[in-house]
Amino acid sequence: MRTADLTTALVLMAGGLLVIWDSLRLGIGWGTDGPQSGFFPFWLAMFLLAASGVIAGQAWRRGDGKPFVTRAQLRPVLSTLLPAAGFVVLVQWLGLYVASAVFLGFYMRWIGRYGWIPVILLGVLFPVITFVVFEQWFLVPMPKGPLEAWLGY
Amino acid sequence: MGWENLLLGFQVALHPGNLAVAVLGITLGTVIGVLPGLGGANGVAILLPLTFSMHPNSAIILLTSLYWGALFGGAITSILFNIPGEPWSVATTFDGYPMARQGRGGEALTAAFTSSFFGAVFSVVLITLFAPLLAEVALRFGPPEFFAIQLLTFSSFIGLGGGNPVKSLASILIGFILACAGLDIVTGQLRLTFGITDLMKGFDFIVAVIGLFGIGEILLSVEEGLSFRGVTAGINSAVVVRTWRQLPRLYRTIVRSAFIGFWMGFKPGGATPASFMSYAFARRFSRHPERFGKGELEGVVAPETAAHAAGGAALLPMITLGIPGSPTAAVMLGGLIIWGLQPGPMLFKERPEFVWGLIASMYTGNVIGVAMVLAFVPLFAAILRIPFAILTPVIVAVCAIGSYAVHDSMIDIWYMLLFGVIGYVFKKLDYPLAPLVLALVLGDLAENALRQSLIMSQGSLLIFFERPISGLITAVALLFFALPVINPYVRRARGERKPPVEVAAPHDG
Repeated sequence: MRTADLTTALVLMAGGLLVIWDSLRLGIGWGTDGPQSGFFPFWLAMFLLAASGVIAGQAWRRGDGKPFVTRAQLRPVLSTLLPAAGFVVLVQWLGLYVASAVFLGFYMRWIGRYGWIPVILLGVLFPVITFVVFEQWFLVPMPKGPLEAWLGY
Repeated sequence: MGWENLLLGFQVALHPGNLAVAVLGITLGTVIGVLPGLGGANGVAILLPLTFSMHPNSAIILLTSLYWGALFGGAITSILFNIPGEPWSVATTFDGYPMARQGRGGEALTAAFTSSFFGAVFSVVLITLFAPLLAEVALRFGPPEFFAIQLLTFSSFIGLGGGNPVKSLASILIGFILACAGLDIVTGQLRLTFGITDLMKGFDFIVAVIGLFGIGEILLSVEEGLSFRGVTAGINSAVVVRTWRQLPRLYRTIVRSAFIGFWMGFKPGGATPASFMSYAFARRFSRHPERFGKGELEGVVAPETAAHAAGGAALLPMITLGIPGSPTAAVMLGGLIIWGLQPGPMLFKERPEFVWGLIASMYTGNVIGVAMVLAFVPLFAAILRIPFAILTPVIVAVCAIGSYAVHDSMIDIWYMLLFGVIGYVFKKLDYPLAPLVLALVLGDLAENALRQSLIMSQGSLLIFFERPISGLITAVALLFFALPVINPYVRRARGERKPPVEVAAPHDG
């Protein structure tokens, strides 16, 4: 827990420094018509720097305690996060509907160990329902891919 | 002036189309409240795109009904499954789950729904009475007053939020900094984009809400290897009537909890501390404090009344000042802007039918809501029996749809994933997420108010103290900021041995 706390605080400090650097470029003083663009972010970042310094100090003084994440916990988290990231990549190429079918089917098969019949059934049903609800009823367009183009949407 | 306005509001809220919208909203909201990973704030955020093609009056009724539904749904999972869907439902599990295990689940649910109904109606009555007055006062506010109110909003997270105050501060600052990214509309300069075109559009808070609360929550719940083991409970009219007979005895707890809920709730992050506080008070004043935690009806009634009263009260500053009291209210505020309305006190003058329709819909929404959840509890509880391997990808996909729809932009789905990881890490390290979201929403408003105030005073910060109203508010805000530093000394001076009512969970109202 302590390592994770320290790392996060350091990342925040680095972010703060980055913001300060960009704010100095924009100017943090008084322009012709009021405070310059960098004024507000500069002071926010200064306070963030101070706050993350205190957080780092608190984490340093405290004992290590329980681990941030155990190996047994990390497995299910990664086996959800990585397929989700893969899904987002697929959305760019195949469109949202096909990608969600692949994602749902993959997850059901891999994690849930379902047979092919429920996997294919739900994998088709879910994107069709979302397509009807969003695209047809509420007129909210979603990213579409080659399949939709072939079907004429 | 009040009555004809409220009447006008009821004409809007009771319009058959809007009643249908309310039923739809309550249904979806309860489903969202029951589902793990989806709560009030991100549920409302995901469904926001559905309202783009609707009339603003119906759109806001849909969102508020979702909100009430999500609050009711949270009670179902707490009592039957011992899973608090929302942080403010944690206190409900203390006595609700033991009751369900003793076979009194129906009783606990009836009590929870009925007392949430009382809590909400109590808040709505106060909103009906005070909102016009507050809006009238707010009309005379200038930039310094608005900035002072923002200061007060964020200071209450630090001073009253519980948890680590430095981490709350860091969350607030991160939110404000993210809000700065992109085009500065005042000077026309690009900030914090580092030459990357995709960063020009900045970060949308709706995407942040979906990622932080939706994806982050999913990651947290798979970590615990969720296997829902729930208790079934039947509700029939006999159980309802029997429970209702017991409630009048508890009128003192109900009234006290409603007051606590309203008082805590119109300040941000108030719902969770309010539910814990009223639970603690109910136990302290009870003749049988030893029964609490083992299935005492009063232990369900107290936190539920307070949480719903707080949930209602959070809408008061959103309507009157344009400053939301909770992430969910913030998403609704975002909706208002998208529908082309200018949130703030002028809304009462310019769009009375909208404001009063909203207020009236809080009455109708709660009446419909309590009737529906009482009638269909088994159906809603059945949702949690859907296997996790199906629920998880479906929720992720729905989150992606909601994120994309905000700006029709692919980069937002990536941001959603990024915010999901941030939400997971922050939640584990006890950084509160609600202040981050509120800061992201209010960033531009706060900065403009600060800039205009400084222009008025030619750069002097004293302007916030010189004007009477802003001076008073700023002073209270500074006091709240200082509370975490002062508190230990006060406690030592008083010679207290144990800390006062502690708040066990981080607030994410």
